[in-house]
Amino acid sequence: MANRDIPLQSSPSDSDEPTRRDVILVAAAGFAAVGGAVALWPLLDQMNPDASALSLATTEVDISPVEAGQAITVMWRGKPIFIRHRTDKEIAQAKDTPLNDLLDPLARNANLPDDAPASDANRAAEDREPWLVMIGVCTHLGCIPKGQAVGDYKGEYGGWFCPCHGSQYDTAGRVRKGPAPENLFIPPYSFISDKKIKIG
Amino acid sequence: MAHPSTYQPGTGIERWLDSRLPVVRVMHDQFMAFPTPRNLNYWWTFGGILTFMLVAQIATGVVLAMHYVPTADGAFDSVEKIMRDVNWGWLLRYGHAVGASMFFLAVYIHIFRGLYYGSYKAPREVLWILGVLILMLMIATAFMGYSLPWGQMSFWAVTVITNLFSSLDSVIPGLGTRLVQWIWGGFAVGEPTLNRLYALHYLFPFLIAGVVVLHIWALHVPGNNNPTGIDVKSPKEAVPFHPYYTIKDGFALVAFIVLFAAVVFYAPNYLGHPDNYIPADPLNTPSHIVPEWYFLPYYAILRAIPGKLFGVAALMGSIVILFFIPWLDTSKVRSVSYRPIFKWFFWAFVVTCVALGYLGAQVPEGGYLILGRILTVYYFAFFLVIMPVVGLIEKPSRLPGSITESVLGPKEVPKSRGELKPEGVL
Repeated sequence: MANRDIPLQSSPSDSDEPTRRDVILVAAAGFAAVGGAVALWPLLDQMNPDASALSLATTEVDISPVEAGQAITVMWRGKPIFIRHRTDKEIAQAKDTPLNDLLDPLARNANLPDDAPASDANRAAEDREPWLVMIGVCTHLGCIPKGQAVGDYKGEYGGWFCPCHGSQYDTAGRVRKGPAPENLFIPPYSFISDKKIKIG
Repeated sequence: MAHPSTYQPGTGIERWLDSRLPVVRVMHDQFMAFPTPRNLNYWWTFGGILTFMLVAQIATGVVLAMHYVPTADGAFDSVEKIMRDVNWGWLLRYGHAVGASMFFLAVYIHIFRGLYYGSYKAPREVLWILGVLILMLMIATAFMGYSLPWGQMSFWAVTVITNLFSSLDSVIPGLGTRLVQWIWGGFAVGEPTLNRLYALHYLFPFLIAGVVVLHIWALHVPGNNNPTGIDVKSPKEAVPFHPYYTIKDGFALVAFIVLFAAVVFYAPNYLGHPDNYIPADPLNTPSHIVPEWYFLPYYAILRAIPGKLFGVAALMGSIVILFFIPWLDTSKVRSVSYRPIFKWFFWAFVVTCVALGYLGAQVPEGGYLILGRILTVYYFAFFLVIMPVVGLIEKPSRLPGSITESVLGPKEVPKSRGELKPEGVL
């Protein structure tokens, strides 16, 4: 331990000019601080999704058995994906909704630019209007909304209803009643054929 | 409280050890001879009870860890195996699960004791801050422990609570999502999440134990507060901790253990939720998610605030605000017994906390939501408005001249007592 009674500087009373020893002390302390901070990074970064989690990036789904009015749920990256084959009435309902009535004006569609408006065309599959593909996770606190099964309560807007805190989504998966702040997210996906979707 | 050491090493071995590591001397001075106010009531026994609960939780937890499997497929089954196959497994698990509830019951009584008798005021601010730190560590530990059975409530409680951090997306876009994925180790709550919660659930109790040592150290510098809130003025007003308070604490501990045992043996699932006996299903959210009872007031505050970010801020704030109590309370009088106005606000606050706990278990709609909002406002107003303002305008009632006078009555005091300036009165 350094004894504070012994002056560290060669001639302490001379001036406030930094001495060689000051420079060495500051450099050593700075080096140790930066080195310590850098060494912390692996300890923190190990918690991020690992290679095996990232490798589950894509999944292919056969949608041929899904009739109009039906929906299926598949898993992608550990999350449920809602795939709904909408009826004409549901499509019309979503299309007739003025954009000004929406709580979240953005499409939240990973296949479109971030600022795309939340019109039904921007929410539904491109050129395949009846199909709606979304991440089935409420944007409030991550519960799974009801509305996929035939007998489920679908909320006042005929889409999905989150049982945890009462958020409601319409037939385009747009939030219509809080507390959820955002529309259900649309994952990156594409139709490989008329019967198959690739998610991710 | 600082006092000269009275330890006398009796044997040669004790003398040998004392000159090398005076651990026996410290134990004797701090836990046997330690001068303690003579008027402590039973509300002061919860510190000892809490020490026992921490030891009990660590002991049952370490042995449960010998049988628990922290994998998404194995966790639920391993807990059932503990319940059915492991020798005494049912007792160990029920003891640990009910023990968490008893731990919180004791800590909440301990905190309200500190609030009532002003134990956070100078010179005990650091003692109080360390206590709030222990509460926060306890909350984190209990939350992580509740995830481990990997039932439906475990899974969805973790999902909902970790998702709270995604509210940071509204401050810096993407920050909340990155943070939540970092906590999860994936894109949803899953096995990596369970593994890290298990690792940290094992770590945190030892952090608590470390802070408890500092807490007791910070207690033993100024010494105990007491029901009058008046400082000990002469050695006659204190008694040695042993045997006076070892007996008193011991008796209270036995009574507490009777209650603990009654719940473990006769109603072990009373405080739990039946949905947690359904294995976790990432595709199916239970219709009504409720946290354990000891988190219900915070949950009610979260849900009372519209808007995700502010709800989360209020939730955090409801605990963080406790750190600042020593400076929010402007009254010089410690004990609420001598504060005729603040007394009412204090008991209203106790009722508020209990009522918020009730509301936390209800569906946040209609009257429940309105009441939840009113009580949330009172919760914060108690600390931010009532504590500073009442302390300034209130005229405290006359304090007893000393602890002795409060115990034996004012007879001992000479006739001139009317001229004595009551201590602490502004």
